[in-house]
Amino acid sequence: MLNDELHLSYQILGDDFTRAGEASSDVKHKLKMMGISPETVRRVAIAMYEGEINMVIHADGGTIDVIISPSEVKLILKDKGPGIADIELAMQEGYSTAPDNIRSLGFGAGMGLSNMKKYTDEMDIETELGVGTTVTMTIKI
Amino acid sequence: MTVQELINKGKFKPINIGSNLDQQIAEPFCCDLLSIAMGKAPSGSAWVTVMGNINTLAVAALTDVACIILAEGVMFDDATLEKAKSQDITVFGTDEHIFDAALAIHNFLHE
Repeated sequence: MLNDELHLSYQILGDDFTRAGEASSDVKHKLKMMGISPETVRRVAIAMYEGEINMVIHADGGTIDVIISPSEVKLILKDKGPGIADIELAMQEGYSTAPDNIRSLGFGAGMGLSNMKKYTDEMDIETELGVGTTVTMTIKI
Repeated sequence: MTVQELINKGKFKPINIGSNLDQQIAEPFCCDLLSIAMGKAPSGSAWVTVMGNINTLAVAALTDVACIILAEGVMFDDATLEKAKSQDITVFGTDEHIFDAALAIHNFLHE
């Protein structure tokens, strides 16, 4: 088990769908190796992947910091994208602003943010139009 | 039924055989929208889908499904196939409809 905090940092590229998910896979792998329960690992992986794919689709990439402590995993996703105009609307299942080419890949069902909320213990969104968005999620171990 | 036992049934064509041959298949799962599959795919399920792109693999890996079954004759392109190999994900193919493929899994599990 961990005694100290472990920090991981990832650069996410915008519009790169062939690499989308690699950061989340890497975190998943590392958490597994640490002996964290499969259910917790799954929750982190799903929440992080949804955030990662949002950055690829909407924000031209960004950074993800992962802080793993003995009691929780914290995911901090920061982008310089367009921002979210109406968070309440964006949180609704089924609401999506994804363009058609994204939908043809199987995304854009409007489940991203609601999945992130569902699989984490805490989620906080700070956003400013034209400046960017920071999503902080905490999953208790 | 393990992944290996599903291979042995000969019902579906193995496209890539991963290293999880001993994993138990829990149930079939049908979904073509990756956003929904990401949130709903049960771990250990046999995921039947016609969505055969590289992101299908990412979702499969992150949700811990036992295998992907590409229905309706859908096939990965070369790059996606390479990725399936490198990620060690078991993938089958079939010309059957999604329902029929999932029903076959269900029936195998209840034999």
